[in-house]
Amino acid sequence: MLPAQEFDLLLGTLAKAGYELVGPTLRHGVIGLGVIERAEDLPKGVADEHAPGNYRVRSDGSPGWFGYVVGQESWKRYLFPPEQTLFRAERDEHVVRFAGETPETRRRALLGVRGCDVAAIAKQARVFDAYDPGSSAYGAALAQTFVVAIDCSHPAATCFCTSMGSGPAADEGFDLALTEIASDTEHYFVLRTGSASGRRIAEKLTLEPATRLHREAASAVSGRAVELIERGLDKQAAKRLHADHPEHPRWETIGDRCLSCGNCTMVCPTCFCSRREDTITIDGTSAEQRLVWDSCFNRDFSLAGGIVRESIASRYRQWMTHKLSTWHEQFGESGCVGCGRCITWCPAGIDITQELAAMAGDRGAPP
Amino acid sequence: MSNESPVSLPRLKLAVWKFASCDGCQLSLLDCEEALLGLAARIDIAHFPEATSRSAPGPYDVSLVEGSITTERDQKRIQRIREQSRLLVAIGACATSGGVQALKNFFPQGDFVRVVYPKPEEIDTLSTSTPIAQHVKVDYELRGCPVGKHQLLALLASIAAGLNPRQSTGSVCQDCKRAGYPCVMVSASEPCLGPATQTGCGAICPRFGRGCYGCFGPMDSSRPLAMAQTLQDLGLSARQRHDLFQSFNAASAPFRLAVQSDDA
Ligand code: SF4
Ligand code: SF4
Ligand code: SF4
Ligand code: SF4
Repeated sequence: MLPAQEFDLLLGTLAKAGYELVGPTLRHGVIGLGVIERAEDLPKGVADEHAPGNYRVRSDGSPGWFGYVVGQESWKRYLFPPEQTLFRAERDEHVVRFAGETPETRRRALLGVRGCDVAAIAKQARVFDAYDPGSSAYGAALAQTFVVAIDCSHPAATCFCTSMGSGPAADEGFDLALTEIASDTEHYFVLRTGSASGRRIAEKLTLEPATRLHREAASAVSGRAVELIERGLDKQAAKRLHADHPEHPRWETIGDRCLSCGNCTMVCPTCFCSRREDTITIDGTSAEQRLVWDSCFNRDFSLAGGIVRESIASRYRQWMTHKLSTWHEQFGESGCVGCGRCITWCPAGIDITQELAAMAGDRGAPP
Repeated sequence: MSNESPVSLPRLKLAVWKFASCDGCQLSLLDCEEALLGLAARIDIAHFPEATSRSAPGPYDVSLVEGSITTERDQKRIQRIREQSRLLVAIGACATSGGVQALKNFFPQGDFVRVVYPKPEEIDTLSTSTPIAQHVKVDYELRGCPVGKHQLLALLASIAAGLNPRQSTGSVCQDCKRAGYPCVMVSASEPCLGPATQTGCGAICPRFGRGCYGCFGPMDSSRPLAMAQTLQDLGLSARQRHDLFQSFNAASAPFRLAVQSDDA
């Protein structure tokens, strides 16, 4: 049990162990991610409202520090950066020298990772490991990362982690997990450890053990959160979507609304596509290759064999069926964790759960 | 060949041409300061009125063309330039979509001339302002009003190195998201043309909390009707939507369609 007034003890202990701390910060009306030094830096007393294509943060003076959910950014930018240099080449008279860039392997603690995002980190790790067994840059970055999960207490209208089995509380994939109990009379966190490094940090905190009352309060928070989740996705129908509805007329309806902007792929915590870009200086003496997040909504994305997904309907279908169906064939699980970002941050308000329900003819929970 | 330049790379003979425009894009090139020194080692500037009065005859390896076609004389001039150029690059919103002056395409001949000039009868002009690609084959296009100097340099560097220049595709939103700027449209209901606009500027407007006004023009997968619908859902009137679409790239086919869909 960690009293709120001693939260900085946790932050200090992590900092002393050599971790840079990254957590939720309020920037221009959006809860983003940034460097945190003290509990003071957290967005306190605020709540967020999510709807398809709409997002607002308001201060409601609530006593909690984590009474909101995931924002626009996901943690993938720390493990799979939006842009990174792969190598540089320098030419000097007749000699060309190549210098590989070692990917950044900073020790970092991610603070306040929600259940859905804990699951997303594990999914991306499996993807990159499948392509590059045992030696992916993602795996190397993850090995240097300490994950502090937080159980959601106030799910948003766009959340559907319960359908995807990823939240609102994380049950594995973290080093430490916290449940926040906040009211006008008391404010504390109940801790769970999820790894050896998590236990080492917890030991240094010399905490009072949680009483039965504390633990009951914590499970009440998660229980209430489960009940607050309104949105659902039929996971079985999702898995069959690609096989059952490749030509459903609904794809065309979505295609008419979709802007092909790629926001959904950028905010999705599991999307992993990238492209390589070469640049060269004007005097021709130095060049570099960079890896940049790409999107299956770009026209030049699927050039393999000269096939371009010309219609927007087919691009959305590629995206949605990859997330929900074909990811199973590739990686043995669903590619969606139910974080709802693609719904909130789609400027056209296209809602993956509603689209599936319209095609599968079923909105209910899995049988 | 100068001693500094690497032996295996040939020098490029470059010409810069101006049509109806404000010169802003040529200034972007002049504004490339120290990079221009590297440029001088790789490129012979054979024709660039903004920078030098010296002019060498063609043929040229690369012609950069700024501005749109608005007169009969220019219609003929662009043909001659094309014949003399191995590669022709249209730079800026005027050259790639007709520019803000293409607004006149939507009105009867003479309306604008009468408002703007004291002696309209002396003005010899076509009724339209059209992009270079409508008159001759264009090898590469650089968008923006003005073009980004980094893009311009990157393009010249690739051509000079004999590489196939990569033209950015995809929306402004993708740069916006990669940079982590809060989305002004979703979080503040600020109208933004980012989802319909070609990336390349690095999402400068959203970075400063403003919506994108589309100066890079439509991206290749631009969805004008869906964009207009999104703006309408945001509460914009037809008039407000038209004002957004009818600026620097008003004459581009997608942005025109976004406006016409309302008139239909
Ligand atoms: S999807 Fe679940 S875990 Fe993710 S933010 Fe919403 S409630 Fe929390
Ligand atoms: S598909 Fe949407 S809900 Fe699922 S993980 Fe990606 S962003 Fe989240
Ligand atoms: S579904 Fe939405 S976010 Fe994704 S490309 Fe289409 S309009 Fe953009
Ligand atoms: S602010 Fe504009 S450019 Fe950026 S993501 Fe939102 S809609 Fe796209």
